[in-house]
Amino acid sequence: MHAPLENAYINLRGINVVLGGKPVLENVELQVRRGEFLCVIGPSGCGKTTLLRLAAGLVNPTAGKVSFAGDELSGPRRDIAVVFQDYGDALLPWRTAYGNVSIVLETLGVARAERPDRIHQVLARVGLAKHADKYPQQLSGGMQQRLQIARCLAQGPRVWLMDEPFGALDAITRQALQDEILQIMSDGSTVLFVTHDLEEAIYLGDRVVAMGVNPGHIARTLDVPLPRPRDRQATFEHPEFLRLRRTLLDFIKEAEA
Amino acid sequence: MTGRAFIPRNWRGFIFPVAAILVIEVAMRTIGVESQSLARPSEILRAAIGALADGSMLTATFQTLVSAFGGLIIGGGIGLVLGILMAMFPPLYWIAEVPFETLRPIPSIALLPLVLLIFGLGFAMEITLVAKTALWPVFFLTLTSVRGVKRRLIEFSSLIRMGLLERMAKIILPAALPGIFLGFRIAMGAALIVAVTVEIAANPLGLGYAMMLAQERLQPALMFAYLFWIGIVGWIFNALTVLLQKRCFAPRQSGRAAT
Repeated sequence: MHAPLENAYINLRGINVVLGGKPVLENVELQVRRGEFLCVIGPSGCGKTTLLRLAAGLVNPTAGKVSFAGDELSGPRRDIAVVFQDYGDALLPWRTAYGNVSIVLETLGVARAERPDRIHQVLARVGLAKHADKYPQQLSGGMQQRLQIARCLAQGPRVWLMDEPFGALDAITRQALQDEILQIMSDGSTVLFVTHDLEEAIYLGDRVVAMGVNPGHIARTLDVPLPRPRDRQATFEHPEFLRLRRTLLDFIKEAEA
Repeated sequence: MTGRAFIPRNWRGFIFPVAAILVIEVAMRTIGVESQSLARPSEILRAAIGALADGSMLTATFQTLVSAFGGLIIGGGIGLVLGILMAMFPPLYWIAEVPFETLRPIPSIALLPLVLLIFGLGFAMEITLVAKTALWPVFFLTLTSVRGVKRRLIEFSSLIRMGLLERMAKIILPAALPGIFLGFRIAMGAALIVAVTVEIAANPLGLGYAMMLAQERLQPALMFAYLFWIGIVGWIFNALTVLLQKRCFAPRQSGRAAT
């Protein structure tokens, strides 16, 4: 296991979480560096979503401390954005794509006159410029997830927490969104990305943390020394990619045995 | 569905009722019915036109609608506020549940003697009874709709640190609105029923009383005219709410996913 990092941006120390009398996470130490893309993988029930919710300030640890940029995290912060897997439940069905982005700016107190430009700008960044007037149900799954990402962009976050964001999408849409996320995050954003797809984790991440079950704990941490910007074809054929995938597959097999 | 689903899809829907009315008219003329409880369709129509023309029917309609909507607004308003509060603060519901469940099954009309004692005859007592009726559907549908707001939406609002009032106005109420609206629709139907019932039973106001008066004066044609008019008024208001519901909630309900 890695020693605690000096320059941890998100810092989870000595975390234990008990939910409804059941231990969900035990002795979790996790540090995310500033500007890092950290992927967390693990089987269902390993507490990876709980880990993300801790970092979001949506769950409090039973024991241990969560801090962000040196300050203890006591609840949600506007500079931490969360992308949920179930975009259908996370978007406001009574507002158009435009309105779904607007609500964030309204809450942030952005002046009315400044909103339209900023809304069109973030919608354009996720390729929804032409769909501003559509309601979420009129958009495909991939477009709805893009809209949720646009809504987070409007928040101007320093940290992105993404909970299996592409888990409900078909393979082709998923690949397109993976590449778009790499593009969007290439500005030095800090990302904690939860997934159960280990190829996705290696392709996107700077580091991959593998979790185990009963109760959830961090089992392994792997560095991903693949060059950026990453090209899908080249990365998936890179010997280092294949080696990491092998290591993680072996780990999963061991864990299941 | 089209926007006028409450109108029979085509004119064929009118064949049977029109034919039935004609048959009754012809039959009653040939048999030569002389009755104190029945009237020929043509007599009913004449009575209706007469009552409409002299304004008595419109006055009665206005009185009934004042009671029905007054009660709907007061009772529905109380139900709305209570529903929101109890959904947001569950301890309130624990306290109120037993008294609420005890009061609810009491038929509004059974409270007639009590409200007569308090208010006497007139609008106040009728509105009170309508309000008591309208409160429940609005209350329960508001309670369940607010409770049923998707957890993700609440989490989203807390992630961007939305204040309580803004969360209420921009997340919870819009999300619960279809359910709340349904509550008001049910309450409106019940409000008309209770208003007319109270008028028939006691209150010298409105359509129910006008109908009773026609019956007592042995004017069956006028009595039937009021009876059908009450049906028409109910139908109009139901149609208006269906239309309103489609207008307000159509974009989010009928939206089809693009591929």
